[in-house]
Amino acid sequence: MNSVSYVRTEMASVRPAPKMYVGLVAWARENLFGGWLNSVLTILSILAIAFFLVESVPWVFQSSWTATSLRGCREAIAATYGEGVSGACWAVIRERYLQLLYGFFPSDSYWRPNLTLILLFVALAPILFTRFPRKMLWFSAAYPFLGVWLLWGGSLWDIAVIPLGLAVGCAAFFAIARAFGSLPGIIGAVLITLLFWIFLAGPLAGILQGIIPFLHLESVESAKFGGFMLSTTIGVTGIACSLPIGILLALGRQSDLLIVKSICVGFIEFIRGVPLITLLFVASTLLNIFLPPGTNFDLILRVIIMVTLFASAYIAEVVRGGLASLPKGQYEAADALGLDYWKSMRLIILPQALKVSIPGIVSTFIGLFKDTTLVSIIGLLDPLGLSNAIRADGNWNGIVWELYVFVAVIFFVFCFAMSRYSMYLERKLETGHDR
Amino acid sequence: MNYRRLMAVAAVAGLVSGVAGAATLDDVKAKGFVQCGVNTGLVGFAAPDADGNWTGFDVDYCRALAAAVFGDAEAVKFTPLTGKTRFTALAAGEIDVLSRNTTWTYSRDVDLKFTFLGINYYDGQGFMTHRSLGVDSALDLDGATICIQTGTTTELNLADFFRANNMSYEPVPIETNAEARELFFAEACDVYTTDRSGLAATRATSEDPDSLVVLPEVVSKEPLGPLVAHGDDQWADIARWVLNALIIAEEKGLTAANVDSMMANTNDPEVARLLGTEGEYGAMVGLSSDWAANAIRATGNYGEIFDRHIGPDTAIGLSRGLNALYTDGGLLYSPPFR
Repeated sequence: MNSVSYVRTEMASVRPAPKMYVGLVAWARENLFGGWLNSVLTILSILAIAFFLVESVPWVFQSSWTATSLRGCREAIAATYGEGVSGACWAVIRERYLQLLYGFFPSDSYWRPNLTLILLFVALAPILFTRFPRKMLWFSAAYPFLGVWLLWGGSLWDIAVIPLGLAVGCAAFFAIARAFGSLPGIIGAVLITLLFWIFLAGPLAGILQGIIPFLHLESVESAKFGGFMLSTTIGVTGIACSLPIGILLALGRQSDLLIVKSICVGFIEFIRGVPLITLLFVASTLLNIFLPPGTNFDLILRVIIMVTLFASAYIAEVVRGGLASLPKGQYEAADALGLDYWKSMRLIILPQALKVSIPGIVSTFIGLFKDTTLVSIIGLLDPLGLSNAIRADGNWNGIVWELYVFVAVIFFVFCFAMSRYSMYLERKLETGHDR
Repeated sequence: MNYRRLMAVAAVAGLVSGVAGAATLDDVKAKGFVQCGVNTGLVGFAAPDADGNWTGFDVDYCRALAAAVFGDAEAVKFTPLTGKTRFTALAAGEIDVLSRNTTWTYSRDVDLKFTFLGINYYDGQGFMTHRSLGVDSALDLDGATICIQTGTTTELNLADFFRANNMSYEPVPIETNAEARELFFAEACDVYTTDRSGLAATRATSEDPDSLVVLPEVVSKEPLGPLVAHGDDQWADIARWVLNALIIAEEKGLTAANVDSMMANTNDPEVARLLGTEGEYGAMVGLSSDWAANAIRATGNYGEIFDRHIGPDTAIGLSRGLNALYTDGGLLYSPPFR
């Protein structure tokens, strides 16, 4: 027989957990003071942070925003906060922030870089996020030409004939390929495109300009580009062009065709073996000597080409890492389905390889974007070059930290956004079989 | 931009025409502006202001040149150049004239094939120390730590000076003037050495100029001046005589303000020749007769340019010193205008 001596009939009231085990105290005990070593490290870190804040916060806030020179800043700070206080002279940022952002771009045309940046996000949206309508990709394809027109100005038709040439080339490819096979098709298409650009594009642009004359913006020469506008132009173009080139190089490096493979390997190893600054010097000084005298080959364009080539080599290696991480079975499965090379790459191999490569690709992009500051060494006035030029103004000679802090904050915002996007993309593409 | 097309066309044109030995003056007149290479930023000598206009001592020479050629001081475009890119830019014809505080040396003149047009600023390397060190001669600097820009002639001059005086020093290599300032003010080095104009600028804009002292010794000759590429003597003559005209103008008391009245009534034959009211001196070099008057009207004479950008009333506060006219005990001396 069961003999139950006591059965509780109602629930005991829930008591809160001991204070030691919940909330902030428990978190601190567990994470900051778990053991003597951690406690010591925690205290040292707090001291270091406190020291940094005590030193920097007064400097940041006991500052002057209104002075017109460094001397004025010092006087204003001394008058407001007492003698001997050293504070930041943010007045230089107030006076020069437009220059740091836009360089020497004509101030009545600031809407053009602004619009270019906004349209950049519109063009990127369908590429970066799948929930946007696919039709927007047409805009993305047109964007590079639109952006060039907005930034450099001139007649829209001068630029519009370039994609037109590409279209003519495509049409020629299909026509010739149907009749003579694909290799003559490619050769013919390239030739026809080049001929179109060299001989037909100019007169055609002139004629179109005559018919519809109002699509004309004031021309802005490259020498007027500077500041973050220059960094972003070089960075974004480099990023956009280096990804496709890098993927092709990675595929080429794995190719069985000897010539394709050796060209790709040679290119990648050469570019990776040379510092970016050397390539920039080649762009700024050596190219002049090889080109015919009087050729005015835009310096910014030269830099963009070099930066793109440099980044492509790195992207190629990152993508190759992704390709190598796929098991051989994936390639064999693609072959077994009867897909040709490009289809198997596009539908099976690359989607998986690129997914694995995302962190590497994005960190290459971030590195590329920050490397754009190297152009100050060849005399382009990017934010760092401009900070030197601003310092050369008699009023601001001696300003150092304020300019660098401003530049650093803006760079951080850009790079942090890119890194966040990469993490979003990884989570979104997470399909569960990590390797 | 349709660069591919341009490039291809240019390449073909280049092949067809070969190296055309066109006169720089004609090219400049055809494009409508003078392309002038300047420093990317050096206090008093070249810097862009908040509106992006370049100003400075070297910049004003370019404006005077533009005014002489076109009668318009704004007909000039500036290419900011670093110490590493300046000579290739000039040699490749990207710029028409380089006015970038460049020291006239034998090898630059002869080996790099440039024509120096004269000297518009006599500089020299000096030393600056903290007053608290109690040093008043560079000969007392034995064993000092010295902040020095790498890869410049100043580095070599420094080594020469210390070796000649049998002293030792500890170099602190730095890359830019801004870096040197920070290290020097933080007393990471006892001495900062660079051109004395640069020392003066650094001292004048420090928080406490009286705590710094520029030592009297000058250990090198740094004659700075504008230069053009070899191969076009007419263009070199124009550029040289624009500089000379500015110096003569100061000698003769011609200023931006009084040049017009002097043109109308002067009794000095050299002034009359310079301003083009007598003789056909402009035509000799392919310019209008009033080219010098235009240059002086645009920028003022040498002394006005000096005072405006680097003189005693500016943040840099340089005195004329060697850069005074020869009549005032300086070295500025222009050949006669006749």
